[in-house]
Amino acid sequence: MPRIVVDVMPKPEILDPQGKAIVGALPRLGFTSFSSVRQGKRFELTVDGEVTEDILAQARNAAETLLSNPVIEDVVNVEVVEA
Amino acid sequence: MTELPLIGEAVAVAAAPRLAGARIGVVTFPGTLDDRDAARAVRLAGGTAVELWHGDSELGDVDAVVIPGGFSYGDYLRAGAIARFAPLMSKIIDAANSDAKLPVLGICNGFQILTESHLLPGSMIKNDHLKFLCRDQVLRVENSNTAWTLDYQAGQEITIPLKNQDGQYIADEKTLDALEAEGRVVFRYVGFNPNGSRRDIAGISNAAGNVVGLMPHPEHAVEPGFGPESLDGIGGSDTDGLGFFTSVLNKIVGGDK
Repeated sequence: MPRIVVDVMPKPEILDPQGKAIVGALPRLGFTSFSSVRQGKRFELTVDGEVTEDILAQARNAAETLLSNPVIEDVVNVEVVEA
Repeated sequence: MTELPLIGEAVAVAAAPRLAGARIGVVTFPGTLDDRDAARAVRLAGGTAVELWHGDSELGDVDAVVIPGGFSYGDYLRAGAIARFAPLMSKIIDAANSDAKLPVLGICNGFQILTESHLLPGSMIKNDHLKFLCRDQVLRVENSNTAWTLDYQAGQEITIPLKNQDGQYIADEKTLDALEAEGRVVFRYVGFNPNGSRRDIAGISNAAGNVVGLMPHPEHAVEPGFGPESLDGIGGSDTDGLGFFTSVLNKIVGGDK
Protein backbone atom coordinates (compact mmCIF):
# COMPACT_ATOMS: atom_id res chain seq x y z
CA MET A 1 0.00 0.00 0.00
CA PRO A 2 1.34 3.46 -0.79
CA ARG A 3 2.44 5.79 1.96
CA ILE A 4 2.74 9.54 2.05
CA VAL A 5 5.91 10.60 3.80
CA VAL A 6 5.93 13.97 5.59
CA ASP A 7 9.21 15.42 6.86
CA VAL A 8 9.17 18.19 9.45
CA MET A 9 12.23 20.13 10.62
CA PRO A 10 12.75 22.83 13.25
CA LYS A 11 12.94 26.24 11.59
CA PRO A 12 16.53 27.21 10.70
CA GLU A 13 16.49 30.26 12.99
CA ILE A 14 15.36 28.21 15.98
CA LEU A 15 18.02 26.61 18.14
CA ASP A 16 17.46 22.86 18.20
CA PRO A 17 18.48 21.76 21.73
CA GLN A 18 18.22 18.07 20.85
CA GLY A 19 20.44 18.44 17.80
CA LYS A 20 22.92 20.36 19.89
CA ALA A 21 23.10 17.52 22.41
CA ILE A 22 23.61 14.98 19.62
CA VAL A 23 26.42 16.93 17.98
CA GLY A 24 28.10 17.05 21.38
CA ALA A 25 27.90 13.26 21.71
CA LEU A 26 29.22 12.35 18.23
CA PRO A 27 32.91 13.13 18.85
CA ARG A 28 32.84 10.95 21.95
CA LEU A 29 32.21 7.99 19.62
CA GLY A 30 34.91 9.05 17.21
CA PHE A 31 32.61 10.75 14.68
CA THR A 32 34.53 13.98 14.30
CA SER A 33 33.46 15.10 10.81
CA PHE A 34 30.09 16.63 11.70
CA SER A 35 29.90 20.23 12.81
CA SER A 36 26.17 20.41 13.52
CA VAL A 37 23.07 18.24 13.82
CA ARG A 38 19.43 19.17 13.49
CA GLN A 39 16.77 16.67 14.49
CA GLY A 40 13.44 16.52 12.69
CA LYS A 41 10.46 14.20 12.39
CA ARG A 42 9.33 11.81 9.66
CA PHE A 43 5.67 10.79 9.44
CA GLU A 44 4.40 7.92 7.26
CA LEU A 45 0.72 8.13 6.34
CA THR A 46 -0.59 4.87 4.91
CA VAL A 47 -3.27 5.12 2.21
CA ASP A 48 -5.65 2.27 1.43
CA GLY A 49 -5.70 2.43 -2.35
CA GLU A 50 -4.49 4.98 -4.84
CA VAL A 51 -3.05 8.32 -3.74
CA THR A 52 -5.16 10.88 -5.56
CA GLU A 53 -4.43 14.60 -5.80
CA ASP A 54 -7.18 15.15 -3.23
CA ILE A 55 -5.58 12.75 -0.75
CA LEU A 56 -2.18 14.34 -1.28
CA ALA A 57 -3.73 17.75 -0.65
CA GLN A 58 -5.28 16.42 2.56
CA ALA A 59 -1.85 15.17 3.64
CA ARG A 60 -0.32 18.60 2.97
CA ASN A 61 -3.11 20.22 4.98
CA ALA A 62 -2.64 17.77 7.87
CA ALA A 63 1.10 18.43 7.74
CA GLU A 64 0.55 22.18 8.18
CA THR A 65 -2.21 21.98 10.81
CA LEU A 66 -1.40 19.02 13.05
CA LEU A 67 1.90 17.39 12.15
CA SER A 68 3.87 20.63 12.39
CA ASN A 69 3.64 23.86 14.37
CA PRO A 70 4.41 26.68 11.90
CA VAL A 71 5.76 28.85 14.72
CA ILE A 72 8.72 26.54 15.28
CA GLU A 73 8.75 24.03 12.42
CA ASP A 74 8.73 23.79 8.62
CA VAL A 75 7.21 21.02 6.53
CA VAL A 76 10.22 20.34 4.28
CA ASN A 77 8.91 17.40 2.25
CA VAL A 78 5.64 15.66 1.35
CA GLU A 79 6.03 12.75 -1.05
CA VAL A 80 4.37 9.51 -2.08
CA VAL A 81 6.31 6.30 -1.51
CA GLU A 82 5.00 3.14 -3.15
CA ALA A 83 5.20 0.09 -0.92
CA MET B 1 -17.73 21.81 48.85
CA THR B 2 -15.58 22.76 51.81
CA GLU B 3 -11.89 22.03 52.23
CA LEU B 4 -10.17 20.74 55.34
CA PRO B 5 -6.75 22.34 55.76
CA LEU B 6 -3.99 19.77 55.30
CA ILE B 7 -2.21 20.99 58.43
CA GLY B 8 -3.24 23.07 61.39
CA GLU B 9 -6.61 22.96 63.05
CA ALA B 10 -9.10 20.63 61.41
CA VAL B 11 -11.69 23.28 60.81
CA ALA B 12 -13.40 23.23 57.45
CA VAL B 13 -12.90 26.32 55.34
CA ALA B 14 -16.17 27.27 53.72
CA ALA B 15 -16.23 29.23 50.49
CA ALA B 16 -16.97 32.91 50.84
CA PRO B 17 -20.70 33.07 50.07
CA ARG B 18 -20.29 35.87 47.53
CA LEU B 19 -17.70 33.91 45.55
CA ALA B 20 -19.16 30.43 45.88
CA GLY B 21 -21.54 31.07 43.02
CA ALA B 22 -18.65 31.60 40.61
CA ARG B 23 -18.00 28.40 38.66
CA ILE B 24 -14.49 27.71 37.42
CA GLY B 25 -14.12 24.80 35.00
CA VAL B 26 -11.00 22.63 35.24
CA VAL B 27 -10.28 20.58 32.11
CA THR B 28 -8.99 17.00 32.24
CA PHE B 29 -7.30 15.43 29.20
CA PRO B 30 -5.82 11.93 29.10
CA GLY B 31 -2.48 12.50 30.83
CA THR B 32 -3.43 15.63 32.76
CA LEU B 33 -1.77 15.60 36.20
CA ASP B 34 -2.69 18.76 38.04
CA ASP B 35 -6.46 18.95 37.62
CA ARG B 36 -7.09 17.95 41.24
CA ASP B 37 -4.72 20.59 42.56
CA ALA B 38 -6.23 23.23 40.28
CA ALA B 39 -9.74 22.36 41.46
CA ARG B 40 -8.59 22.51 45.07
CA ALA B 41 -7.02 25.91 44.45
CA VAL B 42 -10.32 27.17 43.06
CA ARG B 43 -12.15 25.97 46.18
CA LEU B 44 -9.53 27.37 48.57
CA ALA B 45 -9.91 30.73 46.82
CA GLY B 46 -13.64 30.56 47.51
CA GLY B 47 -15.08 29.45 44.19
CA THR B 48 -16.81 26.35 42.90
CA ALA B 49 -14.68 23.99 40.78
CA VAL B 50 -16.41 22.26 37.88
CA GLU B 51 -14.84 19.16 36.34
CA LEU B 52 -14.68 19.34 32.53
CA TRP B 53 -13.77 16.40 30.29
CA HIS B 54 -11.81 16.95 27.07
CA GLY B 55 -14.29 14.85 25.07
CA ASP B 56 -17.30 16.96 26.08
CA SER B 57 -18.87 18.83 23.21
CA GLU B 58 -20.43 21.51 25.44
CA LEU B 59 -18.67 23.84 27.84
CA GLY B 60 -21.67 24.10 30.14
CA ASP B 61 -22.27 26.80 32.69
CA VAL B 62 -18.82 28.02 33.74
CA ASP B 63 -17.53 31.55 34.36
CA ALA B 64 -13.86 30.77 33.67
CA VAL B 65 -11.67 27.81 32.70
CA VAL B 66 -8.33 26.48 33.95
CA ILE B 67 -6.33 24.21 31.65
CA PRO B 68 -4.01 22.48 34.09
CA GLY B 69 -0.57 20.97 33.69
CA GLY B 70 0.55 17.44 32.99
CA PHE B 71 1.34 15.47 29.87
CA SER B 72 -1.82 15.46 27.76
CA TYR B 73 -1.60 12.63 25.25
CA GLY B 74 1.84 11.81 26.63
CA ASP B 75 3.26 14.96 24.99
CA TYR B 76 3.19 12.91 21.77
CA LEU B 77 3.82 14.84 18.53
CA ARG B 78 4.40 18.13 20.39
CA ALA B 79 3.35 19.16 23.90
CA GLY B 80 -0.30 20.20 23.67
CA ALA B 81 -0.60 19.50 19.93
CA ILE B 82 -3.19 16.72 20.12
CA ALA B 83 -5.10 18.14 23.09
CA ARG B 84 -5.63 21.33 21.09
CA PHE B 85 -8.02 19.47 18.78
CA ALA B 86 -10.14 17.92 21.58
CA PRO B 87 -13.87 18.66 21.16
CA LEU B 88 -14.00 20.80 24.32
CA MET B 89 -11.05 22.94 23.18
CA SER B 90 -12.94 24.32 20.18
CA LYS B 91 -15.68 25.48 22.60
CA ILE B 92 -13.08 27.06 24.88
CA ILE B 93 -11.39 28.81 21.94
CA ASP B 94 -14.74 30.21 20.75
CA ALA B 95 -15.70 31.36 24.26
CA ALA B 96 -12.30 32.99 24.85
CA ASN B 97 -12.56 34.90 21.57
CA SER B 98 -16.24 35.84 22.04
CA ASP B 99 -17.54 39.17 23.29
CA ALA B 100 -18.03 37.57 26.70
CA LYS B 101 -14.24 37.03 26.83
CA LEU B 102 -14.26 33.88 28.95
CA PRO B 103 -11.24 34.01 31.29
CA VAL B 104 -8.89 31.11 30.50
CA LEU B 105 -5.72 30.20 32.41
CA GLY B 106 -3.26 27.70 30.95
CA ILE B 107 -0.65 26.34 33.34
CA CYS B 108 2.44 24.52 32.02
CA ASN B 109 1.00 21.92 29.61
CA GLY B 110 -2.12 24.13 29.60
CA PHE B 111 0.06 27.03 28.36
CA GLN B 112 1.43 24.76 25.63
CA ILE B 113 -2.14 23.85 24.64
CA LEU B 114 -3.05 27.56 24.44
CA THR B 115 -0.12 28.32 22.11
CA GLU B 116 -0.98 25.31 19.94
CA SER B 117 -4.56 26.64 19.88
CA HIS B 118 -3.27 30.05 18.71
CA LEU B 119 -5.02 31.72 21.63
CA LEU B 120 -1.53 32.84 22.65
CA PRO B 121 1.41 33.55 20.32
CA GLY B 122 4.76 31.76 20.24
CA SER B 123 5.57 28.25 21.32
CA MET B 124 7.49 26.18 23.82
CA ILE B 125 10.48 24.02 22.93
CA LYS B 126 12.71 21.82 25.07
CA ASN B 127 14.58 23.52 27.90
CA ASP B 128 17.94 24.79 26.64
CA HIS B 129 19.72 22.47 29.10
CA LEU B 130 17.54 19.52 27.95
CA LYS B 131 16.71 18.38 31.49
CA PHE B 132 13.46 18.21 33.40
CA LEU B 133 13.67 20.88 36.08
CA CYS B 134 11.67 21.22 39.30
CA ARG B 135 12.33 24.20 41.57
CA ASP B 136 10.76 27.04 43.48
CA GLN B 137 10.86 29.91 40.99
CA VAL B 138 10.71 33.64 41.60
CA LEU B 139 8.54 35.54 39.10
CA ARG B 140 7.81 39.20 38.66
CA VAL B 141 4.20 40.12 37.92
CA GLU B 142 4.63 42.56 35.03
CA ASN B 143 0.94 43.13 34.31
CA SER B 144 -1.67 43.18 37.08
CA ASN B 145 -4.56 44.06 34.78
CA THR B 146 -5.31 40.61 33.36
CA ALA B 147 -8.28 38.55 34.56
CA TRP B 148 -5.87 36.30 36.46
CA THR B 149 -3.54 38.89 38.04
CA LEU B 150 -5.87 41.63 39.36
CA ASP B 151 -5.05 40.75 42.98
CA TYR B 152 -1.31 41.31 42.48
CA GLN B 153 0.62 44.57 42.26
CA ALA B 154 2.58 45.34 39.10
CA GLY B 155 6.23 44.62 39.89
CA GLN B 156 5.35 42.28 42.75
CA GLU B 157 7.63 39.25 43.08
CA ILE B 158 6.06 35.88 43.84
CA THR B 159 7.54 32.41 44.32
CA ILE B 160 5.73 29.36 42.92
CA PRO B 161 6.89 25.90 41.78
CA LEU B 162 8.19 25.30 38.26
CA LYS B 163 8.41 21.77 36.82
CA ASN B 164 8.81 21.02 33.14
CA GLN B 165 11.01 19.80 30.32
CA ASP B 166 9.53 21.76 27.40
CA GLY B 167 9.49 25.19 29.00
CA GLN B 168 11.61 27.35 26.70
CA TYR B 169 9.29 30.08 25.43
CA ILE B 170 10.13 31.24 21.93
CA ALA B 171 8.62 33.59 19.36
CA ASP B 172 10.06 35.69 16.57
CA GLU B 173 11.50 39.10 17.45
CA LYS B 174 8.54 40.96 15.97
CA THR B 175 6.09 39.01 18.15
CA LEU B 176 8.27 39.51 21.23
CA ASP B 177 8.49 43.26 20.58
CA ALA B 178 4.70 43.43 20.17
CA LEU B 179 4.12 41.48 23.40
CA GLU B 180 6.39 43.87 25.29
CA ALA B 181 4.87 46.99 23.74
CA GLU B 182 1.32 45.88 24.50
CA GLY B 183 2.10 44.86 28.09
CA ARG B 184 1.31 41.25 27.34
CA VAL B 185 4.39 39.86 29.07
CA VAL B 186 2.55 39.05 32.29
CA PHE B 187 5.30 37.18 34.19
CA ARG B 188 9.07 37.20 33.94
CA TYR B 189 11.61 34.90 35.59
CA VAL B 190 13.65 36.73 38.23
CA GLY B 191 17.24 35.93 39.20
CA PHE B 192 17.54 32.80 37.07
CA ASN B 193 16.15 31.87 33.68
CA PRO B 194 15.36 28.18 34.17
CA ASN B 195 14.88 27.13 30.55
CA GLY B 196 16.32 29.68 28.12
CA SER B 197 12.98 31.42 27.50
CA ARG B 198 13.29 34.51 25.30
CA ARG B 199 13.51 37.73 27.35
CA ASP B 200 12.99 35.73 30.57
CA ILE B 201 9.31 35.35 29.71
CA ALA B 202 7.42 33.03 32.07
CA GLY B 203 3.87 33.92 31.04
CA ILE B 204 1.90 36.01 28.56
CA SER B 205 -1.67 37.08 27.82
CA ASN B 206 -3.81 37.67 24.77
CA ALA B 207 -4.62 41.24 23.73
CA ALA B 208 -7.83 41.37 25.79
CA GLY B 209 -6.14 40.01 28.93
CA ASN B 210 -8.71 37.26 29.51
CA VAL B 211 -6.40 34.46 28.31
CA VAL B 212 -3.20 33.96 30.31
CA GLY B 213 -0.63 31.18 30.06
CA LEU B 214 2.47 30.50 32.13
CA MET B 215 4.88 27.64 32.71
CA PRO B 216 5.18 27.75 36.55
CA HIS B 217 2.40 26.35 38.75
CA PRO B 218 0.35 28.75 40.91
CA GLU B 219 -2.02 25.92 41.91
CA HIS B 220 0.81 24.29 43.88
CA ALA B 221 1.26 27.37 46.07
CA VAL B 222 -2.14 27.96 47.61
CA GLU B 223 -1.89 26.45 51.07
CA PRO B 224 0.35 27.17 54.07
CA GLY B 225 2.99 24.48 54.49
CA PHE B 226 2.63 23.08 50.99
CA GLY B 227 4.03 25.78 48.74
CA PRO B 228 7.53 27.15 48.43
CA GLU B 229 8.78 28.06 51.87
CA SER B 230 10.44 31.37 52.48
CA LEU B 231 13.30 31.80 54.92
CA ASP B 232 10.62 32.54 57.49
CA GLY B 233 9.16 29.08 56.99
CA ILE B 234 5.46 28.41 56.77
CA GLY B 235 3.45 31.48 55.97
CA GLY B 236 6.12 33.05 53.78
CA SER B 237 5.55 32.58 50.05
CA ASP B 238 3.57 29.36 50.52
CA THR B 239 0.41 30.86 49.13
CA ASP B 240 1.77 33.18 46.45
CA GLY B 241 -0.26 31.33 43.78
CA LEU B 242 -3.64 31.86 45.40
CA GLY B 243 -3.96 35.32 43.88
CA PHE B 244 -4.51 33.86 40.41
CA PHE B 245 -7.70 32.24 41.59
CA THR B 246 -8.96 35.05 43.82
CA SER B 247 -8.28 37.47 40.95
CA VAL B 248 -10.57 35.69 38.52
CA LEU B 249 -13.24 35.09 41.18
CA ASN B 250 -13.26 38.75 42.12
CA LYS B 251 -13.45 39.72 38.47
CA ILE B 252 -16.41 37.39 37.90
CA VAL B 253 -18.26 38.56 40.98
CA GLY B 254 -17.38 42.23 40.78
CA GLY B 255 -17.25 42.79 37.05
CA ASP B 256 -14.38 44.71 35.52
CA LYS B 257 -11.95 46.29 37.93
